[in-house]
Amino acid sequence: MYTPHTQADIRAMLDAIGVGSLDELLAVPDAVALKAELDIVPALPEYQIARRFEHMAAKNTGVDAISFLGAGAYRHYAPPAIATLAMRGEFLTAYTPYQAEVSQGYLQAIYEWQSYICLLTGMDIANASVYDGATALAEGAIMAINANGRKKLLVSRAVDPNYRAVLKTYCDGLDVEIDELAYTAEGTTDLAALKAAVESKQYAAVALQSPNFFGNIDVLAADALAAVRESGTVPIAVISEAMSLAALATPASWGAEIVVGEAQSFGVAPAYGGPYVGFIAATKEHMRRIPGRLVGKSVDNEGRTAYVLTLQAREQHIRRERATSNICTNQAHCALIATIYLALMGKTGLRDVAALNLERSRELATAVSAIAGVDLKFATPFFNEVVVDVHQPASAVLAKLQERNILGGVDLGRFYPELSTCILMNATELTSSGEIEALATALSEVVHVHANV
Amino acid sequence: MSTLTSNDLALNAAPPLIFELGQEGRANRYVEEGKPLEQFLPKTLLRDDLPLPDNSELDVVRHFTQLSQRTFGIDLGFYPLGSCTMKYNPRINDAMASKREFAQLHPYTPDEFSQGALQVMYELERSLASLFGMAAFSLNPSAGAHAELAALLIAKKYFKDRGETRRDKVIVPDTAHGTNPASAAMCGFKVISLPSDERGRVSVEEIKKVLGDDTAVCMMTNPNTLGLFEDHIHEIAAAVHEVGGLMYYDGANANAIMGNVRPGDMGFDLMHLNLHKTFTIPHGGGGAGHGPVGVAAHLVEYLPTPVVRAALRQAQDDTRAQDDTRASQNGRPLAPSDTMTFSLDFDRPKSIGPMRSFWSNVAHAVRALSYMYANGADGLKKVSQLAVLNANYVRVKVADFLETPYPEICRHEFVASAQELKKATGVKALDIAKSLLDHGMMAPTMYFPLIVPECLMIEPTETESKETLDHFIAVLREIVETARKEPETVMAAPVTTVVGRVDETRAARQPNLKWEPA
Repeated sequence: MYTPHTQADIRAMLDAIGVGSLDELLAVPDAVALKAELDIVPALPEYQIARRFEHMAAKNTGVDAISFLGAGAYRHYAPPAIATLAMRGEFLTAYTPYQAEVSQGYLQAIYEWQSYICLLTGMDIANASVYDGATALAEGAIMAINANGRKKLLVSRAVDPNYRAVLKTYCDGLDVEIDELAYTAEGTTDLAALKAAVESKQYAAVALQSPNFFGNIDVLAADALAAVRESGTVPIAVISEAMSLAALATPASWGAEIVVGEAQSFGVAPAYGGPYVGFIAATKEHMRRIPGRLVGKSVDNEGRTAYVLTLQAREQHIRRERATSNICTNQAHCALIATIYLALMGKTGLRDVAALNLERSRELATAVSAIAGVDLKFATPFFNEVVVDVHQPASAVLAKLQERNILGGVDLGRFYPELSTCILMNATELTSSGEIEALATALSEVVHVHANV
Repeated sequence: MSTLTSNDLALNAAPPLIFELGQEGRANRYVEEGKPLEQFLPKTLLRDDLPLPDNSELDVVRHFTQLSQRTFGIDLGFYPLGSCTMKYNPRINDAMASKREFAQLHPYTPDEFSQGALQVMYELERSLASLFGMAAFSLNPSAGAHAELAALLIAKKYFKDRGETRRDKVIVPDTAHGTNPASAAMCGFKVISLPSDERGRVSVEEIKKVLGDDTAVCMMTNPNTLGLFEDHIHEIAAAVHEVGGLMYYDGANANAIMGNVRPGDMGFDLMHLNLHKTFTIPHGGGGAGHGPVGVAAHLVEYLPTPVVRAALRQAQDDTRAQDDTRASQNGRPLAPSDTMTFSLDFDRPKSIGPMRSFWSNVAHAVRALSYMYANGADGLKKVSQLAVLNANYVRVKVADFLETPYPEICRHEFVASAQELKKATGVKALDIAKSLLDHGMMAPTMYFPLIVPECLMIEPTETESKETLDHFIAVLREIVETARKEPETVMAAPVTTVVGRVDETRAARQPNLKWEPA
């Protein structure tokens, strides 16, 4: 499909080439020739493709449930203007803007994205994006390793478990060891342990997430930052809920040198996991170590403002095995979506969304903690999600809620055996009071039925 | 904030930055007004200022529409960027991926609430395994280079489990994509670069010289980046296997082989695909891509997590069985997968682990499967045949006026060289590329592969008509003829674009990477 050739075209082109047939053109040695029958669904006309996907789409019943799922992917309002603009064919069907003269628009959009990320994080530089939050952490850690040559990392257990798992995958390749920092009874990183650990001066970097995986604000206090700096360890801030940047003190303000994160919240659809868009920002000292594409502002041969890919000597297509990273593809289109989202929302809109997230998640926390046998696990300031202890297996409680068409949150026992009675619940500006009431009512019934069994 | 003059807003000038457009208080009411943040958190935890512009929706729509008009994509014209497979992106794919039930599905949705997404992943994975002759794929990695990294991590873990940690060499032909050696380095492997022979291929004799008990992986693409089929691939694979190494297939050029020859049958143990190239996912200005990693049977346990597991549906599940019957009566074909239930499998002790935050670029899996449906096995075979036909047609025509260093049947792309032209006129491959921009076409890949001087790597793809190819050939001929008569004209290109050649030295020496408030 999607080939315009007539039989006459094919004949004329074969004649021009001087071969008799398409099979002759694609002849291969018999030793490797395809002999198997391919097991692929036969071709369908387009209207049947649409029906088939409708059939499968109808089985994604989760989209119609009342949902309190967050934990690294967030449901936020995305104005339709985003899709109208981002789905324009010029953006959609362009590739990496190697030819600057015919890519000025995309290059400018990426420059604007880099600027937005710097403004939001308070950092000096940002790249054109990486795959997602987890790979941003891995690439950020490699930057730190390249900066000080140390082969060990220190990571808080309150960093998203998926991010930590990906970091481990990368570190197995790099022969880098990871030590983990415990979290305290407040649900934040044990900073006393952190201060003690960095004294050894063996860690390339220490990574903290804020808001952390439990939703709690979790930053380096001044004394911890001083110890980190003293030891030559690079402080990395991880941001998995980018919307928090609209409200919370910037990672730069609490001392991060490298900020890595996920910008899915800025208008990118949850899409069962991807594609999303990771970002890496840093102080200017790390400029030549940052991976991936960078767009710079320059001038053309007549002195007109012009944007161009720059500092490419870091990259794999130039430096091959000595590159700062193997990354080639970035997430330009998702970064474009996020840039349009930020432009539409503006300062006022972002502040409103952040305030509504703070408000609705507190309403949620109040409603569920009013139920007998249900408590908030931590008493720490949080952004838009909260750990709820149901004092019985969370998996069973969530399964009962599912029967009522409520996705109550993420079972923390999946990642933290010691939190197997805890659920991570999220509320955003899209969460209504009615939904919170429905959850509270259902949870109250489920918890008590269970408790009585 | 805004201090724009009428000059700044003139047509053809670079549009102002979004930060120069806004006025504080010009807000759009997408959500309710929020209460002051201090009501929820102590002031010490809050940021002082949020220095972002407020823009009206109209200003934002105009801004990004203008930016789109300063961007060239396949939808505007021919895009023969070698090794990137810039083929038409069918709109049905985007329509399916944008369906609310796929787009709004949260990744932590329990399996029983996300059977449609899991079915898409399962069907795509099974189809790819059959099409490329591998035992299984994982749809976890995000892009080609990411899947390459996954494959090399699999190799590393496999050898570690076998106690063969002495295997620290990865062999990469000098024509390989830059990501190959970069990925190998990220796994601690030492890269051995292998020179191509005079036929532009890896020679069996040469590779045997570097093979040994320290060989971990040989990374190849077939056809290679010169567009040539490695016709001794089975002998190379046998030699690598003989010393206990693994064969890795870089799937960047998979558009040349579908329904014709399979990496599995060529002896490859590991491979990746760039679904965004071969399976018509819009490249979106450089991503997001999608890069499944595939393996032969002995490496399946090592695939990144999660993988989709399928089970036959319980017979007593009558409601669903009725649904299926209705579905088939309505004219929807009943695929074997319609009678199965699916789950995400994370419990794989030998896995290298996950490569990314969440399971897969599922929106892209939808697009790729939509393309698979549109073609079927026969259609995919035809796709590769016509991609090869188009490339060879352009190759024989271009050979009339530019050198083609490897004048034989190519696959989906070929390389031409402007070396002779440069010697005669001073006009370089770069100048030809820039001149093509003036004719409303994208430039080919330039200066790659590295072994061909003044290289132009041309990949027309199968979605282009003979008329488009004839026009491209005519334009290229005209540029070369102009270069011989008045080289300065070609060297001045482009002149019709919104900017001329950009000062890259200045960009690198005085990096300006973001807007700053005045």
